[in-house]
Amino acid sequence: MKRLGSGGRIRRDRPITLSFDGQRLPAFEGDSLGSALLASGISLVGRSFKYHRPRGIYAAGVEEPNAMVHLRRGPRHEPNVRATSVEAFDGLSATSQNAWPGRRFDIGAINSLLSPVLSAGFYYKTFIGPFKNSTRFWMLCERAIREAAGMGRASYEADPDSYEKRHAVCDVLVIGGGAAGLSAALAAGRAGADVILVEQEALLGGAILSEPADGAADDWLEAITAELAELGNVRILARTTAIGAYDGGTYALIERVSDHLPKPEDHQVRQRYWQVQAKRAVLASGAFERPIVFGGNDKPGVMLAGAIRTYLNRYAVLTGERVVVFTNNNSAYEVAAEMAGAGAHVTLVDLRADVVPEVTGRTTSAGVTLLLGHVVLEARGWGRVTSAVIAPAATRNAESAQKTLPCDLIATSAGWSPAVHLWSQLCGKPAFDEQAGCFVPASDPGHAMQAAGLVMAAGSVDDIVRQGFNRGAEAAREAGADAPAGLMPAPFEAGAFWQNGYDPTWAVVDARGKSRGKAFVDLQHDVKLSDIDQAHLEGYVSVEHLKRYTTLGMATDQGKLANLNALSRMAALARKPVPEVGTTTFRPPFTPVTIGALVGHEHGRHFRPTRLSPIHQWHVEQGARMTEAGAWMRPWYFPERNESLAGAYIREAAHVRAHVGMVDVSTLGKIAVQGPDAAEFLNRIYVNGWKTLQIGRLRYGIMLREDGFVLDDGATARLGEHDYFMTTTTANAAKVLAKAEYLLQTAWRDLRVHVTSVTDQWAAIALAGPKASEVLARVADVDVSAEALPPNHLTMVRIGEVEMRVHRMSYSGELAYELFIPAGFGRHVWESLHEAGQEHGLRPYGTEAMGALRIEKGHVAGAEIEGRTTLKDLSLEGFASSKKAFVGSVLRNRPVLADPHRPVLVGLEIEGKVGAKPGSLLFSSAAEPKGHGEGWVSSTTYSPALGKYIALALLQDGAARMSEVIKVVSFVDDLSLRAKVVSHHFYDPEGIRQNA
Amino acid sequence: MIRITCPVCGTRAETEFTYGGDATVSRPGEEETSMQPWLDYVFNRDNPRGWHREYWHHVQGCRQWVILERNTLNHEVGACTLARDAVEAEE
Amino acid sequence: MSRYSAASILRHALSGNTSWPRAWRDPEPQKAYDVIIVGGGGHGLATAYYLAREHGIRNIAVIEKGWLGGGNTGRNTTIVRSNYMMPGNTMFYERSMKLWENLSQDLNFNVMISQRGQYNLCHSPGQLDAARRRGNIMRANGIDAELIDRAEVKRRLPYLDYSENARFPIHGAIYQSRAGTARHDAVAWGFARAADRLGVDILQQREVTGFLREGSRIVGVQTSRGDVRGKKVGLCVAGHSGHLARMAGLRLPIETHSLQAFVSEPYKPMVDTVISFGAAHFYISQSDKGGLVMGGDLDMYNSYAHRGGLPMVEHTLASAKALMPCISRLKLLRHWAGAMDMSMDGSPFITRTPIYGLYLNGGWCYGGFKATPASGWCFAWTIAKDAPHPDNAEFTLDRFERGYQIDEKGVGPQPNAH
Repeated sequence: MKRLGSGGRIRRDRPITLSFDGQRLPAFEGDSLGSALLASGISLVGRSFKYHRPRGIYAAGVEEPNAMVHLRRGPRHEPNVRATSVEAFDGLSATSQNAWPGRRFDIGAINSLLSPVLSAGFYYKTFIGPFKNSTRFWMLCERAIREAAGMGRASYEADPDSYEKRHAVCDVLVIGGGAAGLSAALAAGRAGADVILVEQEALLGGAILSEPADGAADDWLEAITAELAELGNVRILARTTAIGAYDGGTYALIERVSDHLPKPEDHQVRQRYWQVQAKRAVLASGAFERPIVFGGNDKPGVMLAGAIRTYLNRYAVLTGERVVVFTNNNSAYEVAAEMAGAGAHVTLVDLRADVVPEVTGRTTSAGVTLLLGHVVLEARGWGRVTSAVIAPAATRNAESAQKTLPCDLIATSAGWSPAVHLWSQLCGKPAFDEQAGCFVPASDPGHAMQAAGLVMAAGSVDDIVRQGFNRGAEAAREAGADAPAGLMPAPFEAGAFWQNGYDPTWAVVDARGKSRGKAFVDLQHDVKLSDIDQAHLEGYVSVEHLKRYTTLGMATDQGKLANLNALSRMAALARKPVPEVGTTTFRPPFTPVTIGALVGHEHGRHFRPTRLSPIHQWHVEQGARMTEAGAWMRPWYFPERNESLAGAYIREAAHVRAHVGMVDVSTLGKIAVQGPDAAEFLNRIYVNGWKTLQIGRLRYGIMLREDGFVLDDGATARLGEHDYFMTTTTANAAKVLAKAEYLLQTAWRDLRVHVTSVTDQWAAIALAGPKASEVLARVADVDVSAEALPPNHLTMVRIGEVEMRVHRMSYSGELAYELFIPAGFGRHVWESLHEAGQEHGLRPYGTEAMGALRIEKGHVAGAEIEGRTTLKDLSLEGFASSKKAFVGSVLRNRPVLADPHRPVLVGLEIEGKVGAKPGSLLFSSAAEPKGHGEGWVSSTTYSPALGKYIALALLQDGAARMSEVIKVVSFVDDLSLRAKVVSHHFYDPEGIRQNA
Repeated sequence: MIRITCPVCGTRAETEFTYGGDATVSRPGEEETSMQPWLDYVFNRDNPRGWHREYWHHVQGCRQWVILERNTLNHEVGACTLARDAVEAEE
Repeated sequence: MSRYSAASILRHALSGNTSWPRAWRDPEPQKAYDVIIVGGGGHGLATAYYLAREHGIRNIAVIEKGWLGGGNTGRNTTIVRSNYMMPGNTMFYERSMKLWENLSQDLNFNVMISQRGQYNLCHSPGQLDAARRRGNIMRANGIDAELIDRAEVKRRLPYLDYSENARFPIHGAIYQSRAGTARHDAVAWGFARAADRLGVDILQQREVTGFLREGSRIVGVQTSRGDVRGKKVGLCVAGHSGHLARMAGLRLPIETHSLQAFVSEPYKPMVDTVISFGAAHFYISQSDKGGLVMGGDLDMYNSYAHRGGLPMVEHTLASAKALMPCISRLKLLRHWAGAMDMSMDGSPFITRTPIYGLYLNGGWCYGGFKATPASGWCFAWTIAKDAPHPDNAEFTLDRFERGYQIDEKGVGPQPNAH
């Protein structure tokens, strides 16, 4: 293996240095890491997954199964990187994977000796263990298996790079920038369509890049590319892989923006995820070469014929000097001739006995030794290939006919497998092309995605260009662009290639169907021909079973070189034609995708949007501890002097009852309900009645789900003749609005009502405590005394310049007001109130204190309205009107919901100095605490008003158990308490204080 | 990405909508007091393997409920009408 | 049919691995069976196995339209746990857990049940309280559950996001140590082989297209390859329960939805337990081959396409990175989808139906894999005795009529919310 002094498409004027396993290697810009390693004569790049066999580079592109490395160090470290897909850069650092202590001497190689035992599915047949009802034995063995498994080692460090997502729309998406794709883009572009052309390599050209540089193919490429650049309507995205085709003409692309640099430049993303909406697509994704499978075919030095051509012509690397080219088709002849031309000694072994002179002529004139009708039985060598055992195909079993040829490279070609993946993701099962012996996209002329080129098993450059051009023109036309596409560019090469005289034999086996030595079908997962045979023997005959039993096709290369061979083997074993055996379904992504790229910037703080009250900043400035309430942030408590949560909320709650407090309730759901039938609407949606609600009054309402369970509660105010203002809980705002819109647009079209979310339009403040009216009086322009504004009334008020509504409504059980302020003035009014309230000791309080206050009053909240409780359960049956239907009114009478023994809402006074935990289970004091219990604790608090710990709970037969002492147990907290069952209206049950 | 042609807003991505389920169920009238029609409406579904008439709610757009014809086997999309119009047509 | 063991592996290895017996037969159907199970996934095969083993019924056919285990059994994210709160659920899943603990021994097939624990993370005090209730119910019923605080979560799972940047900080978690994972394919194959050994006929590549009736009674099925008669027919086709039920004239409280699953490239061990994110529907574990297996939310609309959409791919992977920031540079290898029977309360059906001779096992939503052994066991009981076992007593079709919704999440009759 060596770098040639001239030729290739590398930048010899830009030398670079990189390191592999600590060894410094020279290379050039334009090299891949793979070509750089080969140029330096490195044949061993890693160890295989299961058997830890020495492995070398096998291919030149994304289909590479062996050369998986760790790339970069530190936080940019990345495992499982395909060396053949890495654009080499100066200072690149890579290390081998899955070998210990090193790739040259790896302890894991012991597995190779155990390979008969480690055959397909071995772990299903053992590790079962002698112990009953115990998984310990397996788990012990599993630990070793897990450590041996996996490939690269990932870093736990956070990713320092950023990613972004972009949307694009186009008429025609062309996938693949080879000859077919370029022709398609040209036709569509000339026709006036808006075209996006994506190419996964940095350079356009596809297979042209594997041709000798500066030939007719390059001239063609240059001309087409120039014309594409001139057209203003063709966007070319290089280094971009189309990874998935989805519903509705949606395609996912991943652009590697700066992976070819040591690191992204400032403000540059590492990768970009494009979501493209295309009216039409042309798939020109080419084909992968199919390997021939024979004994020892995984040794370093066995490669794909097309790959060695790529290394020769693109990277100026001669991958072997004594070469055996082993083939069943014509395409390998060019490879043999070019390698001989570059100075290698080449023997071409063709298992076909008859090959036309036009094809053989090229090689013989280049000095290649031709062996027609022969096979390579085995690759021999320790650590890498040193010889090939060759025999006539017909007499291969006879020892005498076999001869051993010294060589350092065996290049195989068994034909080509079209890269149908994207087509298959969208359209399902591909069709089988008998002549070409491969799967191609099935014909579906009306479909939005069409295919062209090698992916359709096109047999010549002429076919490739023609198909691409025609599909591109058609796609443009169907997308509505019909300027003339002009003349198809002439193909840069005449003649046919591999399809002619193709022999579908791809495995070299003896009369018993056995290979000579281990013959690998899936290199990365170490799946051998004999494993497939064994799986078949055991009855795993379907493609899916075979794949899962042997793990074939499930490695990071997704079986690109293995799937078709495996199917053929299965077909032979089942004595069925290949298409009947079927094919596994292709799943996205086409090649593995960096997870961060699909996440874009929606990580960390930006994982979900954060909703903030207009008063949020004030709370933060005052040192409030904030808490999440769904997407909102709310003030949890306002600690003074290093107070704990408990210290703060108890102080805050006590202060409200003794003096006055204010809490930001802006997150409440608010819905404007407007129209002549608004009252009727409310009547249907709430369990209680609304027809008698007067203007300037408000009422508490409860609504049920359609199945009769409680959905939400809140107060709704009548602002005008046809104008109501509904509030909901923070959590259910969106749900309630959606339900209202649904009913009004379907079942209740008879109602003339509009509902509109005004949650973000209004800030809301609750001002509560005996001094509340005095505080308000200081700033309000109208009389808002307890007498002037009775409970459940509302009025307009001006504070300073700001007009707002004040509702006399109490959640805390104290004299209280809810102020609804235009959101933009929320903070201003809060601050005005805060200042005005200082002389009465006004203090802010948070949601924890708010909770303590409402629990003391026995109000239900989210912990009680948890989706499984009824009105009766929550002691709210009294609200239900018997005179009208409402949502849920019928289904709430189902027998189980009407069961009198259901747990009902009660209060608990906890004995002792420790509070109960929500989620504790309730048991009679005599009962053993086991089973589902007799109820559970829903909300808990220390009650400053009562001077003890209390709780709200749901308890079976609760109403009949007043004064009973029960057990309150939280097993997970190791806590067992006693509590007295009382009414849940702990504090001021008559409501004297709030109705002052 | 399922693309829904909202009658008000035009063709939009599914991410602008929330799914509302089977649109062939009909909600009993307010005066219906028997259990079975309500049970059927709330709980029982055809759940077809093929063309489906279903509700979508254009929450990030016009906030209209639409009825979409969509094939649940391959996500092919058909007509899309406003729920309020479709209900009218049945009357 | 030989027994699997380390010794047998050695024996076969020495003889070139060429004489392994078939794991299951490929028989021609009999004229008539005592029981026909429609659906050759984990649940159907388990049902057949337990019918044969526990109830001595051997004349059974399992009829599968594709290849056994090729439906949801072969597509799920392999989680096993028994942390259900609602009275109808709790002991059922615990029965399943106990069956898991001896399943490999039972079936003589290593199903790779690995009890490496499961963390349900909580991201608010309210969520922690809800988890507490669940943990208490588990403990009160003799099931292991542990409540741990943030510091302890951080000590055990240091690679999650504890930074200031976390949108939904971790407050704590509830942990079940006996929970874990199992190898999904092995479960199907293990039950298939064991059932086959007991004489069960597994008939693959045969799609049920209708029912044979005598009067209103079901007496068999019509299939794509001819009729098969059976005294009792049990449906185990979750994802397609509604489709099959319609052939019998039944409408079910089920919507079929797509659920996607994801796997990364294989890496050396980095996650040795199961972690459920509490701030979004997402969970992750690492398979024995090294791939990080991830699951998230439904795609949200009725679908039989077995193909998920991009929006949920993005959502799920965003949850992954929110939970475990270092996953950002790792690579997604494959994603796929299955069709789920989403029921109106999120809980399953293992029951007789109003039609004589027809039994239903379905409505598993996306939680069916962990239930596989108990589902088979209870369904076998129900079919054999024509009455449910106490552990599946509430999994009836009429529970909606009665008002007994088994609603773990409390979201009501909205299938895609469960």
